[in-house]
Amino acid sequence: MPAELILTVAVQGILTGLVYGLMALGLSVIFGVVRVVNFAHGEMMTIASYAAIVAFGAWNIDPLVSMIPIAVLLFALGYAMQAVLINPFINRPEHSQFILLAAVAIIMVNGLLMIFGPDARNVLVEYALDSIEVGPLLIDKVRVITAVLAVAIAAGLFAFFKLSRTGKAIRACADNHLGALVVGLNVKRLYALTFGIGSAIVGAAGAMMTLLIDTTPNIGPVFTLQAFVIVIIGGLGSMPGALLGGVLIGLSEAMSGLFFAPSAKTMFGVAILILVLLFRPQGLLGRKV
Amino acid sequence: MIARLLHGVPKRALLLLGLLLAFLLVAPLFVGNYILSVLILVLYFAYTGQAWNVMMGFAGQLSLGHSLYVGLGAYTAAALYVHFGIGPWAGVWIAIAISMAAGLVIGFLAFRFGIGGVYFALLTIAFAEFTRVGFDHFMWVNGSGGFFLPVTQYSVNDPLNLRGSPTMFYYILLAITVLAFIFCRWLLTGRIGYYWLAIREEPEAAQTLGINIFRYKMIAVAISSGMTALSGVFFAFYYNNLFPEQIFSMNRSIELILGPIIGGVGSLFGPILGAFVLTALAEALNDIMVALGYELPGVKLVFYGFCLLFVVMWLPNGIWPPLRKWLKLEDRS
Repeated sequence: MPAELILTVAVQGILTGLVYGLMALGLSVIFGVVRVVNFAHGEMMTIASYAAIVAFGAWNIDPLVSMIPIAVLLFALGYAMQAVLINPFINRPEHSQFILLAAVAIIMVNGLLMIFGPDARNVLVEYALDSIEVGPLLIDKVRVITAVLAVAIAAGLFAFFKLSRTGKAIRACADNHLGALVVGLNVKRLYALTFGIGSAIVGAAGAMMTLLIDTTPNIGPVFTLQAFVIVIIGGLGSMPGALLGGVLIGLSEAMSGLFFAPSAKTMFGVAILILVLLFRPQGLLGRKV
Repeated sequence: MIARLLHGVPKRALLLLGLLLAFLLVAPLFVGNYILSVLILVLYFAYTGQAWNVMMGFAGQLSLGHSLYVGLGAYTAAALYVHFGIGPWAGVWIAIAISMAAGLVIGFLAFRFGIGGVYFALLTIAFAEFTRVGFDHFMWVNGSGGFFLPVTQYSVNDPLNLRGSPTMFYYILLAITVLAFIFCRWLLTGRIGYYWLAIREEPEAAQTLGINIFRYKMIAVAISSGMTALSGVFFAFYYNNLFPEQIFSMNRSIELILGPIIGGVGSLFGPILGAFVLTALAEALNDIMVALGYELPGVKLVFYGFCLLFVVMWLPNGIWPPLRKWLKLEDRS
C-alpha cells in the first residue's frame, strides 16, 4: 500500500476527528458542569443535521451559514430541556436521569423517523468534491474547512469559560455546587445555560456533519455512543481531551476502514474505550477524581 | 423452603397470583393465534425483565447492554443446533455458560477497577456494541447476513428440539417465567437478597458490615446474564432467524429494560406488570394505527418514549408500588 494513500487517509481521519471532537465537546461541557449524562446527545446532533438539510433543500443555504441559526435553535432546545426536564432530576439517582434522557432520545430518533423516513440524506454543496493539494496529498476541501471551524469554535468556547464572568460562574458551579449556591449564583439558570451551550455546540457540529456523512435518523444513537467514547477517552470534562479523543477516533476509523472493513470501524473505537476505562478511567487528559 | 417463600405474603396476593396463573394456563384454549403471539411477547419481556432486574433492581448495577447476553445465548444455542445437531436443551447450558462468562468478565473488569454508575452502564453498552460489530464479521454464523434455523412444519410438536407450534412455545415460556419468579423470590428472601439490598442502598455501609461487595455483585451479574441467555435461546428457536444488527442492538437492550422500569425496578412483580402494560399498549396502538390506515415507522417507539418519560417523571418507582398499595397487597414481613 503506497505511503501517500495511508497518509492521505490518516490526515482525512484526523480532520474528520476534529469535528467529532467538537460534537463530543458539547457532551463534555454538559457532563462537566451539570453532572448529567446527556444520553440524547447524538440525537440532538441529528436534529441539527436535519435542520441543515432542510435549510439547504428549501432555501439553498450552505450548512456552514445555517449552522449559526441552528446553533441558536439548539441552544433554546437545550436550555428548555434542562429547565423543564432535567432540573427536577438533579438529585435523583443516576439511573433515573439516564432513563429520562434515554426516553428523550427514543422520542427524538423516532420522531425524526416519522418526519423524514429512514432514507439517508445529504447536502451536496458546489465545493463538495473540491480538494486541496498538499505536497503529494489530496485533502478534501470540506474536511479542511470543517476542521478549522471546529477548532475555532472550541477555542472560542475555551476563551468563554476562562475569561468571561458567566463562564467563570459556570466553572464555579462545576467545581463546587454547594459553594456556588452559597455565594449566591443562580445555579439552576447556569445549569440551563450550560446545557444550552453544550447543545449549541452539538448543533454547529451537526450542521457541519452534513457535509461529511449521510444523515439518517438512526445515526443518532451511534453518535451518542461515539460522543461517549470520545469524551471518556479524552477525559470527561476536559475540553482539549474531547478534541484529542475525537482525533483518535477519527484516525482509528479511517485506519480500520483502510486496513479492515469500514463496517468494523466502531469496533476499534469501542476497543479503545474499553482499554481506557480499564487502565485510565479518568481519560487521557482527565484529572484524577 | 416454601414457608420462606410465602412468609409475609398476604393471602389475597397469593389468590390474585393464582388467578393470573390460571388465566395464563387456560388462555391458549380461548384465544386466537394473534393474541397468543402477543402473550408470548408479554412472557418473553416479563422473563427477560426479571433477569435484568436481578442485576439492576436487586444489586443496583445498571446494565444497558443486556442484549449482549440475549445475543450470545441465542447464537450459541442456534450454532450448536445447526452446525453440530446439538439440541436446545443441551445447548442451553453451554449458552448460559458463555453468557455468564461474558458477564463475569465485564463484571470483573468493572468492579475490580472500581468502575460504577454511569461508567459501568457505558461499559456494558460498549461491550454489547463491540460484540455486535464482531458478529457482523463472524462468518461461522454468517455475519451480518443473518443466521437461520431450519423451519419445520408446525404439525408435530417436538419439545425436545424446541420445534413446534406457538402453543408449545407459550407453555414452555410460561413455565420458565413462573420458575424465574419463584427463583427470584427465593433469592430475595434469602441472605443474598439482603446483602444485595445493602449493597444497592449503601455500598460503603455494606462493606463495613463485612459483606464482600465484589463477590455479591459478581453473583448478581452471573445470575442475571445466565438467565438472560435462556431468553436468547428461546428467541432463536421461536423466531428462527438471528441478525447481529437486531439482537445485539442498543435499542433491544433498552426495549428489554422498559418493562421492569415501567412496572417497578427492584420489585418482583414489576417486570411482569410492566411487560403486560407495555406490550398491551403497544399492540393496541398498532391496531389503532392500522385501523386509521396511518402507518408510520417509529410511531410505536415514540409512544414508548413518552410512556417512559411519564413514568420516570411522575412514578419514579414504577406502576407496581402505588398499585400494590391500592390493592392493599403490601408485604407484611
